[in-house]
Amino acid sequence: MGDVKLAFVVQRPQYKGETSRLAITHAIAYQTVEILLEDGDTVTPTLCFIGEGVLGLQKGQKAMDTYGITSTETHLKNALLVDLDVLVCKEDLEKYGIPEDSIPDAEEMGADKTIRVVPFSEIQKAIEDAKHVLFF
Amino acid sequence: MATLTIGVFPGLVGNMAYDFALKLAAAAVDKGHKVSIWFSGNATGSVKANQKHLKDYSTGEKHLKALLEKGVEMCTCEACTVARGIQKPEGIEGIQWNAMHWYLAKIHGADRVLHIGGE
Repeated sequence: MGDVKLAFVVQRPQYKGETSRLAITHAIAYQTVEILLEDGDTVTPTLCFIGEGVLGLQKGQKAMDTYGITSTETHLKNALLVDLDVLVCKEDLEKYGIPEDSIPDAEEMGADKTIRVVPFSEIQKAIEDAKHVLFF
Repeated sequence: MATLTIGVFPGLVGNMAYDFALKLAAAAVDKGHKVSIWFSGNATGSVKANQKHLKDYSTGEKHLKALLEKGVEMCTCEACTVARGIQKPEGIEGIQWNAMHWYLAKIHGADRVLHIGGE
C-alpha cells in the first residue's frame, strides 16, 4: 500500500481541551507506526492549525512550571524533531493578532524542520492531498 | 466490503457522541464491513470493566462486549487510560492496550476513517 498521507486539522485551542494536544501526540506517533505495518508501508501526517487552533502555540510556555505537564511548545518541538510537517494558518494568526515570530522552532535542539506559517490555501492543498482528514 | 477505522475521543458520559460511535460501528459490522475502534482521551474511561448501567447514564461495557463478539477489534490508548487511574487488569477483557501508533496503523489499512472528536 505504500505511504498514506494524513491531514490532522486542529481547530480548537491548546489547553482548553485535551484533543488539540492529542492531535500533536498522535501525529508524532507516526515515527513508530512502521513496527505495526508491512515493509515499505508508511504513514505521513501533516499537522495543520487553523481557526482557534492557532491559539496556544506561542513560545515561552511554562506549562510544566504551572501545571506540571508538558507544554504544547515542547510537543511542537518534538514534532519538528521527528520531521513532521507543521503548518499554521497565516490568516488566522493575523485575525488573532499573533505575530509569526512568536511561533516556536526547535533549532536549538537540532531540528531541520520549522513550523511553517502559510496561507490557508496551502493548508487546503495538504487536506486535498491526504487520503484521510482528521479534525481535532 | 470495506475496512472502517473509528477513532473515539469523547467521554462515555456527558454527550451522545460516544454512543453514536458504537452504534455506527455495530451497524457497519452488521453490514459486513470490517471495523476497528481506537479509544483515546476521555473515551478511554469506558474500557473499565464492571460498569453499572444506571438508566440516566450511557453505558459502554455492554455495547463494547457485543462489538467484541461481532469481531470488532478495539484498542485503548494506554497512556490516556492509566492517566485516568485505570490499570490493565481492570479493563474489559478483549480490548487491546497500545500506543497511538496502533490508530495510525489501522488508518493506514482503512478504506474510510471516522474520527469522532472529543469535548
